Amino acid sequence: MAISTTIIAAVFMLLIPQLLGGAINDAVDFLDDANADRDDVRRELLITGLLLFGASVARGVFTMAHNYMGESIGQHIGYELRMAFYRKMQRMSYSYHNHVHTGDLMTRGMLDIEGVRLFVNTALLRTLLLAILIGGGTFLMIRTDVVLGLISLSFVPFVAWRAITARLKLRFGWRTLQERLSILTRVMDENLAGIRVVRAFAGQDYEMRKFNRVSDQAQAMANELIGIRVRNTTFMTFAFFTAVVAVLWVGGLKVIDGEIKAGTLTQFLAFMFILQMPVRQLGMMVNGFARTQTSGTRLFEILDLDPVIKDKPDAKPIAINEGVLRFEHVDFSFMDEFGDERILRDVSFEARPGHTIGIVGPPGSGKSTLAHLVPRFYDVTGGRITIDGQDIRDVQLESLRHVVGVVQQDTFMFTSSIENNVAYGDPWAETETIHRATTQAQLHDWVRRLPRDYQTLVGERGVSLSGGQRQRLSIARSLMLKPKFIIFDDSTAAIDAATEQRIRAALKEITNERAVIIISHRLSSLMHANEILFIEKGEILERGSHEELIALGGHYHDLYELQIRPGDDAVEHLGSAADAPTSSGSDEAEDADGN
Amino acid sequence: MATNADNVQQGLRGANRPPHAVVGSQVERDEEMFGKAFNGHVVKRFGGFLTPYRTLLIVAIFAVLGFTGTQLAIPIVIQSAFDNALELNNFDRDLLVQLSIVLAAVVALNYLFNFLQEIIVGRVAERVLFDLRRAMYAHLQRVSLSFMDRTEVGRLMSRLQGDVAALQEFLETSVFAIGDFVLITGITIVLIAYDWRLGLLTLTVVPALLLIRIIWLPRARRAFLGARESSSRMNGALAEGINGVRTVQGMSREEVNAALFEEKVDVNLKAQLKGTRYGQIMIPTIDTLTGIAMAIIIVVGGTFVLDRSLEIGVMVLFILNVQRFFDPIRALTMQYSIMQRAMASGQRIFEVLDVPVEVEDKADAIKLEKTDGSVEFRNVTFGYNRDQPVLQDVSFKVNPGETVALVGPTGSGKSTTMSLIHRFYDVWDGEVMVGGHNVKDCTQESLGHEIAMVLQEPYLFSGTILENIKYRREDATREEVVEAARAVGAHEFIMKLPDGYETELEQRGGNLSLGQRQLISFARAIVADAKILVLDEATANIDSYTEMLIQQALARLLQNRTGMVIAHRLATIRGADRIIVLQDGKIIEEGNHDQLMAEGGLYSRLYSMNYASFDDIPDELIQAAIEGDEDKVT
Repeated sequence: MAISTTIIAAVFMLLIPQLLGGAINDAVDFLDDANADRDDVRRELLITGLLLFGASVARGVFTMAHNYMGESIGQHIGYELRMAFYRKMQRMSYSYHNHVHTGDLMTRGMLDIEGVRLFVNTALLRTLLLAILIGGGTFLMIRTDVVLGLISLSFVPFVAWRAITARLKLRFGWRTLQERLSILTRVMDENLAGIRVVRAFAGQDYEMRKFNRVSDQAQAMANELIGIRVRNTTFMTFAFFTAVVAVLWVGGLKVIDGEIKAGTLTQFLAFMFILQMPVRQLGMMVNGFARTQTSGTRLFEILDLDPVIKDKPDAKPIAINEGVLRFEHVDFSFMDEFGDERILRDVSFEARPGHTIGIVGPPGSGKSTLAHLVPRFYDVTGGRITIDGQDIRDVQLESLRHVVGVVQQDTFMFTSSIENNVAYGDPWAETETIHRATTQAQLHDWVRRLPRDYQTLVGERGVSLSGGQRQRLSIARSLMLKPKFIIFDDSTAAIDAATEQRIRAALKEITNERAVIIISHRLSSLMHANEILFIEKGEILERGSHEELIALGGHYHDLYELQIRPGDDAVEHLGSAADAPTSSGSDEAEDADGN
Repeated sequence: MATNADNVQQGLRGANRPPHAVVGSQVERDEEMFGKAFNGHVVKRFGGFLTPYRTLLIVAIFAVLGFTGTQLAIPIVIQSAFDNALELNNFDRDLLVQLSIVLAAVVALNYLFNFLQEIIVGRVAERVLFDLRRAMYAHLQRVSLSFMDRTEVGRLMSRLQGDVAALQEFLETSVFAIGDFVLITGITIVLIAYDWRLGLLTLTVVPALLLIRIIWLPRARRAFLGARESSSRMNGALAEGINGVRTVQGMSREEVNAALFEEKVDVNLKAQLKGTRYGQIMIPTIDTLTGIAMAIIIVVGGTFVLDRSLEIGVMVLFILNVQRFFDPIRALTMQYSIMQRAMASGQRIFEVLDVPVEVEDKADAIKLEKTDGSVEFRNVTFGYNRDQPVLQDVSFKVNPGETVALVGPTGSGKSTTMSLIHRFYDVWDGEVMVGGHNVKDCTQESLGHEIAMVLQEPYLFSGTILENIKYRREDATREEVVEAARAVGAHEFIMKLPDGYETELEQRGGNLSLGQRQLISFARAIVADAKILVLDEATANIDSYTEMLIQQALARLLQNRTGMVIAHRLATIRGADRIIVLQDGKIIEEGNHDQLMAEGGLYSRLYSMNYASFDDIPDELIQAAIEGDEDKVT
């Protein structure tokens, strides 16, 4: 269908100069021949005029149909590719997303899909159109007059060659310019976002120099590109008009010599004007092919990826009886280009309903990684994690993630209402459920005070939340899923101790019947835990209750001293250290809360 | 219990009510795309940016006119060849050769003018774009922070990028519009001059085309805009899906999101096809009009030829010209939209450029050098909004080498005080003195050299760690940098990074932890080697390990320097030589720890609550302490 409209459109395009030339020849013939019947010629002109009109309309309609169909097919293919890409992105594991740049994925998801899409509507159909036009035109002209035909077409190779080479140069230059512009964007964006730092260090002049440097580089490239483009387009026009001069000259002589008629000459000229555009597009086509090839390769590279973490073929939904989570000699290391870096080594523990496990350790000790293993954001590299005896790698991923709630350290705010953000994991939740979760997370009162209540927009373009508010929202969000296992991944660091205490009290009911893991560097968040693991460099160094660990006098004890005693000057101020607080802040808050 | 996947299976709206779910931003564009087609102020200000290129632009306009002239001349020469050299039974070989040479000359001129106009206009427009952007950027470096505080970065970026591009496009198309206008006028004149009957008849298609364009344009523009918006929303949703992928997976939202995304992709498909329909409908329209014009020329013109009242060459001239009407008309009607967009953009750009620079160096500003590092506030009153003073009549003096801690509840004016030392804002009343000079009398540059700041949010730039620690002091040696990093305890982790000090930081230092970023910003403050060090809640938000490192470093940092510290840790506060307690913008207590404890005021009440940090104290208790309500506190 699309192909037939293309062919018809091309035929009508070729017909028009034929008709024009014919009309002129009729007129010339008449003037040439004294005996000709004026009315006959008039009738013929009238018919030609009508045919011309009809051909023009038909050309327009079929060109439109040809373009529209091409576009439509392209858009539908784009549709499929986009959905496939999006699904793939959502399924790829953490380890993939950690290593791939978001910008790169966006380029593929936007530009490469566009590239492949354009290939269908421009490249495929347009190439057919061009082939018919140029082929048919060449045939018609050469049949009429070989020499003149060749001269008329002499501009074609020039223009095509220039179009191809210049396009290649332009494409390269364009990419460089894009890169330079994105550096410029980054410089400007960083400067404006960090304007306080810039001012604080009186860095305006320095920043201005930096800006000028990258701006000048971008400008130089932009200038060069304009040069290439202009030299190129003007040359193509010139080549074309030069051919026109030659046709007039040679053709005129041929008319004088009686070899051809004046109308035929007109026909040649009209042909040339019609062929001018398609020939320019020819260069674009060639590039389109080249570009599509790269785009297509880059795109399918991603679509063919297989997520590392996925369901086994015979995976069943997870079955929860008791609700016991066990780490059995778990090892974990990131396998990547930096080599085999051991993050966790032989970690074993058991979390049963009503029990709280606290995990503490210095930054980089592997605490967060541990949290990410339970919902299988990563898979263990040694040992196993079981839930009620089932290895989590043997159950359906979705069912596993449904029972495991990880309250993330820094959760992502989607640009949407607070309500939608809280209900992110359970979009069909009732309003009461949402309010209960926010109340438990101590967020409800704050939301109530917002101008638009639960409909207030948050995220990139909405109300900006403080770190503590984000973390409370993150808690509420996880509570919505009613998980059987709750893991707080350093998710209260930005919440003040008193509020944290209130959250803990509100969650009592839930935590009493579930296994809870609290990861934190703030001891007041986890010293109430039934068992505390002190982790360093991926290994459990100490374990036991708060009292046991304090009595042990090891790493945990030192950390406790550091956090509760007022810093290292305590040594110098031993006298005042005596009256410094000896109990934790949260205990005090608990008392205060009780009052 | 129904999972998300089940619900999606039933159809997104299939459950008892629509889900609380969206993907991508649902926010409408808040910036006006199109303004009035003409705005005197914008044009005048824009004119200012063109002045340096006046001569070039005049040359460009001549080139445009020259180009248009040759465009008109080419068919005329061809016509003349047909009618004079190729006239039936009256061939003139010499004339044909001559005319061919003339045509060749015209074509050569055409090439020259074409090249000139394109290259000058293209390059000048590009330069103006960069000039505008530079001017705006330079201005933003100097405008008051209060403007920057209330303006989103994204908004400024869209002015620096999108809006300047709209003005560039405007400049470029305006010059060519002159050519288009002349070309249409020229063609009209030529056609009428050669045969007014046929000319007028042929030209009847022009008003028809204009009319169609005028009706078509606003609708088509809406369709095109719709297509663009739906596409940007779709891509926004894609970006969100990639950026938030961890949350998506953690919440098992994949199925719901895919279904919602599909809706967006579908809307986009429809909008794109609608745009295509609008775009493509012009093709048969123009072809129909061309067909009418050509039919008129053939039938009517042909009859004239038969009557011998028209020469064949003129007919050819008409045919060659009739196809050339349409491009300039299209360009000219588009010009209106471009102008509207340019005016709206221009208004936004000049709005930014017109923001007054409040804090400016005096003409005779002195350069601070080797001051003693003292800081003094004399009866300072200041606020961000009129009638709402944040600081009232604040006076204190910090002696060289002394460390002073500012303490007070949220909103008491601690951070504001810090900003004033650096003259981020000008005080309403009173004086801020640094090294014995009023900050208003010093150059801001030299003030920046005297004061180094560490802010609560460590802000790093992309580039290597080395570059970030040096920051403005490009002349700092590597040894200085390493020494500073050692002093704050950052050296160890830096050396563990794959490229050590040469490690490239991701945007905002994303590949470092918050604590590590803060350590680097401490090192940066040391390398800046300023007499006065200002720490604005620099140790909030970081883990206790890093804080320990910083605590140890602080003593070294403050050696031989004047320190102004806002801190939440009691340890830091207690170690200060002097503590100033602020409340509601006024100093209520002042003295060292022991003195204040003895005084029994707000400080001692807060301190005796036994919190490790003032930030941990719940608001109610602070309020109680302020009110001095001992019962509630204990």
